[in-house]
Amino acid sequence: MSDLPEVLSQTRDDFLDLGDKDKIQLLIEFAEELPELPARYADHPELLEKVEECQSPVYIFVEVEDGKVAVFATAPEQAPTTRGFASILAQGLSGLSVEEALDIPDDFPSTLGLNSLISPLRVRGMTGMLWRMKRQIREKSQG
Amino acid sequence: MSVPIDTNSKFAEYAHPEAIVSTHWLAENLATPNLVIVESDEDVLLYEIGHIPGAVKIDWHTDLNDPVLRDYVQGEAFAELMSSKGISRDSTVVIYGDKSNWWAAYALWVFKLFGHEDVRLLDGGRDKWIAEGRELTKEQPALQRSNYPVTERNDAPIRAYLSDTLAHIGKPMIDVRSPEEYSGERTHMPAYPEEGALRGGHIPGAASVPWARAANEDSTFKSRADLEALYLGEAGLKPGDDIIAYCRIGERSSHTWFVLNYLLGFTGVRNYDGSWTEWGSAVRVPIVKGTAPGALVD
Repeated sequence: MSDLPEVLSQTRDDFLDLGDKDKIQLLIEFAEELPELPARYADHPELLEKVEECQSPVYIFVEVEDGKVAVFATAPEQAPTTRGFASILAQGLSGLSVEEALDIPDDFPSTLGLNSLISPLRVRGMTGMLWRMKRQIREKSQG
Repeated sequence: MSVPIDTNSKFAEYAHPEAIVSTHWLAENLATPNLVIVESDEDVLLYEIGHIPGAVKIDWHTDLNDPVLRDYVQGEAFAELMSSKGISRDSTVVIYGDKSNWWAAYALWVFKLFGHEDVRLLDGGRDKWIAEGRELTKEQPALQRSNYPVTERNDAPIRAYLSDTLAHIGKPMIDVRSPEEYSGERTHMPAYPEEGALRGGHIPGAASVPWARAANEDSTFKSRADLEALYLGEAGLKPGDDIIAYCRIGERSSHTWFVLNYLLGFTGVRNYDGSWTEWGSAVRVPIVKGTAPGALVD
């Protein structure tokens, strides 16, 4: 796992260093940091792909330009866990090359030490998001 | 029942008005002694970003489930949880949550497995409280530990296992999932991690009544007359029926279980919490595809 991209590996280490209460706070901070959608998507939510397996609505959009990935997402304020997951991944994947992004292990979400704290079922929602982001990256990079 | 009931006229129509309170009633009763407010959500962070003053958090996944077995906690763990939250055996507990109270209803159902007598749902849940601009706080209440007795869980009256559900085929059953899950359409999405069911469809004979049809836009429960039209009229349930409700993991069907049991007064309603994640992966259990309830074929 040493070859995890820098931002994600920092995120993982940050989570693993914290006790349970602080892990929750960190996830809330991520939720608050979820960047606003760029204006070009904000008015067209129907363009964004819904991740069905997360029970709260989350919309994800991936762009690939010159071999670099950008990920945007939005989720309701009353779904902070979903926002936190989306924020970790959007921040962690944006700026990576296609290859780096596709190389992220599918089980990255379950390496954050959150399984027992918030339940494996919920963490699986984040795994679903990562799968969908990678699928879009694959589709968009094949042009 | 030490804490008076909400005498609101909508609730008076229900079979058990003592099992439900309004946001107005709760706002007036925040300081009532021996009343404990419990928030129970799908989203595990919501309590931390703001909750009803004085409320404690109980999480269905991490507090009420056994960490090893696919089962609920046993009496000792439940007693410890209750004690740590300052809940006594005679406390009035009001539960509320997100998503029209799915998880709140699920938590209430688990309280009932342990026979806690006075548990009520907040009509409209978290969404309605917020929509009305009522107070939220991030402050954790100062809890005084209680001494909740260890009580044996009694599943039989309100919980159906796989074998009970198999034996129930031919009697009334309500599938509360979405129409796509009921018909079995939604199983083969490419690149989706499956949530744990290998086959799609529904249990033979189960009527499709998606849970949300029992709720209004503002997350409150529909009136008794509307609920009767839906369950007695459309779904054809009759007073005295033994009914099993199920969904995917039992949370949405807890909502329907609450409606049938407390609002309409059916006495033989069980929640099959194994639901589709168990049935859809069990070997050789019968499954019907498509939109018709179907029946068991020998």
